[in-house]
Amino acid sequence: MTEISDRVPPPAPSISPEQIKAIPVRHYGRWVAGVVVVGLLVLIGIAFSNAKINYSVIPDYLFDPGIVAGAWTTLYISVLAMLLGVVLGVILAVMRLSSNPVTSTVAWFYIWFFRGTPVLVQLLLWYNISLVFPVLNLGFYKDEMNQVMTPVLTALLGLGLNEAAYMSEIVRAGIQSVDEGQTEASHALGMTQGKTLRRVVLPQAMRVIIPPTGNEFINMLKTSSLAYAVQLPELIKKATDISSTSLAVVEMYFVACIWYLFLTTVFSIVQYYVERRYARGSSRSLPPTPLQRMRKYLRMFGSFRRPEVAR
Amino acid sequence: MTSLAKDIAPGTGGHPMVRAEAVHKSFGLAHILKGIDLEVNPREVFCLVGPSGSGKSTFLRCINHLEKISAGRLYVDGRLVGYRQQGDKLYELKEKEVSAQRRDIGMVFQRFNLFPHMTALENVMEAPVQVKRETKAVARERAQQLLDRVGLGDRKDHYPAQLSGGQQQRVAIARALAMQPKLMLFDEPTSALDPELVGEVLDVMRDLAADGMTMIVVTHEMGFAREVGDSLVFMDDGVVVESGHPREVLTNPQHERTKSFLSKVL
Repeated sequence: MTEISDRVPPPAPSISPEQIKAIPVRHYGRWVAGVVVVGLLVLIGIAFSNAKINYSVIPDYLFDPGIVAGAWTTLYISVLAMLLGVVLGVILAVMRLSSNPVTSTVAWFYIWFFRGTPVLVQLLLWYNISLVFPVLNLGFYKDEMNQVMTPVLTALLGLGLNEAAYMSEIVRAGIQSVDEGQTEASHALGMTQGKTLRRVVLPQAMRVIIPPTGNEFINMLKTSSLAYAVQLPELIKKATDISSTSLAVVEMYFVACIWYLFLTTVFSIVQYYVERRYARGSSRSLPPTPLQRMRKYLRMFGSFRRPEVAR
Repeated sequence: MTSLAKDIAPGTGGHPMVRAEAVHKSFGLAHILKGIDLEVNPREVFCLVGPSGSGKSTFLRCINHLEKISAGRLYVDGRLVGYRQQGDKLYELKEKEVSAQRRDIGMVFQRFNLFPHMTALENVMEAPVQVKRETKAVARERAQQLLDRVGLGDRKDHYPAQLSGGQQQRVAIARALAMQPKLMLFDEPTSALDPELVGEVLDVMRDLAADGMTMIVVTHEMGFAREVGDSLVFMDDGVVVESGHPREVLTNPQHERTKSFLSKVL
């Protein structure tokens, strides 16, 4: 790191010493562990391949139009519910931290209720909301509640409102992690509470907020399968529908799992790069990308290559 | 270095820049300030010294209403800080009005408090754009000038984590100056710095004083106080023990407490 550029460098020694060429420490334990792991994997693979599962149908159904449509529904309901959760979560977190006792109490009760009851029950409650409000009357818009509450809207409300309770706690932790000096500096410059929150506190809180939010999103991708119970045609519902006619029950769940794994993998990668974006300024250099890291791990595994010379 | 603060609006109408009348401050049961009376004139460099816990930082933070005073009156440029007086009643100012008052008062913190997610240039641009609604182009040009003047024009794209402590503090001074304040508050600006970096920050402050900025400086740098200060106040245990011209107070202290404090720091 350059400190002050105009500093005179110390006089270089006249003879540079010989580069060290030592034999690196051998990590035999790593090789043993690697062999054990591979052995176990082979055993599990053999067990699964001898099971009474008809693997050959999996590729046939992997890109079945119904399955692809289900995966698409899973994806968009998760994204929408997460968006609702994040927006409402930020609002709830700010309410909870507010000095206004009314807003902080409201937020507290919201979190208490939505975290304290199962998502499945919340989904079913929204599904049956017409028992409470048979007619939706917004003044300018009036309709039977059963017409309004489509499976998509039911799933969106059930999953999103539940997520908001969790997100608000994550956002609150993030906001509280930002040094108080930041708020003071911002106030001293004449910025209002709202500006301070938007321009100074939240961008810094993001670093703390993003990793658990990525976690929540990946959780959401899978929790959305509960919307099966409110007739949302998502991945699990589609897989079950097909299995009832094709009789390939477990095989269809394998198909669904492949899709879930694909979706979570893609989003793990997205999350990684979002984290990198918000790490700006927090350290002197950005963390390595996965590719860079993979190369490093390969090097670490032994001494296939010559040892890295400290620069 | 050219003029750091050529746009300073000098205090208007002949009243002092800061006037404190029997200012008290308590945190719960802790009585921190026990009646501070003082005046700071426009273009004056006013040094606050004293042992830690004497209330000097708290008093400084009262001036821009980061802390609310518990009793007394505090005026900046003839206006009551944080309140509006109508008849004999005091009304708390709304958040927006408090923010408006703070715009004219720059503050530099012991721990710099730069925004770590913004580059040096963005730090300096932030308040003019967000608070004064200046266009980005105008703010950028002024920010560049200010960074040039504190000697960091070539570091504008560095994030705070990539700057040394002294460089960070100079950016923080530029950031405060970007709002064209009429008063600058310095809260131990060199206390968190390595000894070899103190000088560069004091140099910037010296230039600022020469340009006629009104400055209130909480400091342990007695050399700076003696050389640059116009007045000096020694505080202990929430009261002003002694005040006067820095050279007089520092070389010929009258009170026992001042004497014992100075014997430890000089």
